[in-house]
Amino acid sequence: MNNAWLTVLKRDLLLALRRRSDVATTLFFFLIVSSLFPLGIGPEPAVLSSIAPGVLWVAALLAGMISLTRLFAADFEDGSLEQMLLAPQPLTLLVTAKVFAHWLVCGLPVVLLAPLIGLQYALPGDALLVLVWALLLGTPALSLIGAIGAALTLGVRGSGLLVALLVLPLYIPVLIFGAGAVAASQNGMSAQAHLSLLAACSLLALVLAPMATAAALKVSVE
Amino acid sequence: MLLAAQGLACLRGDRLLFKSVSFELMAGGLLYVLGENGSGKSSLLRLLCGLLMPEVGEVHWCGKSIKQDPETYLSNLLYLGHLNGLKDDLTALENLQMSARLADSLVDEQKMLSALTSIGIARCANLPVRVLSQGQKRRVALARLWLTESKLWILDEPFAALDAASIEVLASRLNQHMSDGGMTIITTHQDVEISAQSTQTVRLSA
Repeated sequence: MNNAWLTVLKRDLLLALRRRSDVATTLFFFLIVSSLFPLGIGPEPAVLSSIAPGVLWVAALLAGMISLTRLFAADFEDGSLEQMLLAPQPLTLLVTAKVFAHWLVCGLPVVLLAPLIGLQYALPGDALLVLVWALLLGTPALSLIGAIGAALTLGVRGSGLLVALLVLPLYIPVLIFGAGAVAASQNGMSAQAHLSLLAACSLLALVLAPMATAAALKVSVE
Repeated sequence: MLLAAQGLACLRGDRLLFKSVSFELMAGGLLYVLGENGSGKSSLLRLLCGLLMPEVGEVHWCGKSIKQDPETYLSNLLYLGHLNGLKDDLTALENLQMSARLADSLVDEQKMLSALTSIGIARCANLPVRVLSQGQKRRVALARLWLTESKLWILDEPFAALDAASIEVLASRLNQHMSDGGMTIITTHQDVEISAQSTQTVRLSA
């Protein structure tokens, strides 16, 4: 059982390694979107640092979004998805492996890049640290919830836009707690509550989302 | 060991593809699914795999509905559809390794190489599948037949895109599978001789 989980994880990481341009697109998108704001708004540190939490989180959401459509689409087109559905392992397990690979490839780099971008926004050191923690705890939820949307829109024309419409509203809690954590630390309060809620979001998504994704995949493949 | 289909009907959209399809397939048996293009051959195969839900009827494996105990059924099943299920960016060997691990069967590199040799594409083993021709890709997908321990093979047009020599190799592999007590369900437009302990035909009319 574990063997299959690792196999899917390894396979997706290997594929990401062979198609590095896909990963680079996500990262550059995040980098560019979050760099546009300081250019457009002007170099006023007080303004920048007050919009920073929201802007960085929205950029991270959108960056994750563009890579989501590819999560199952490639496997669907070449038939490896139906082979996965026919594997004697629980589909939820394989889905979790795929989502984890997606997070490692598209979520984790954003988490690691965020403090660098945060410097552009004149965020103080402890707010940067909270930003990294918040992203680390929150982005898994984004990948997990997004997988449901990706599975539901499989094989539908114009699925990219549809995924955004389906999934972005579900991202709202994560956005509020994530940006709230950084804002709290900027205002000298503890970010503990926000971070706990973010972790709760991710855990809840981990329990529920793979099941919903697996069910959606079965319907889409029909 | 027995695969039984009882009164299967398949509805795609609002079009009835077929109804009351029933058969029983025993160990060593071969089932041809025949019919014109669009008569629902592939749908029937997908339905037998459990990828599609039948509108009416049930599929039983060893007396149990495949919905009741999917894991036992799926570990005995090998399905090869129109799509090869290969990743273009992985090599032939890597693809085989992934699908073997997913099916929980233990195979080493030596076994995989000999499978690729059997179907005549060992020299492509370390090439990414992307650069192979249509027929070569099909052969990589078919190499799984030399590595599997599954009893029931469901093959959708396995001979399509193959050259004469590979068709012969594949036919002899099918013969061997059936004489080992395996079962095969197959759709094909080619006239290929396959020997089995019992041969049946399901004819779908559009």
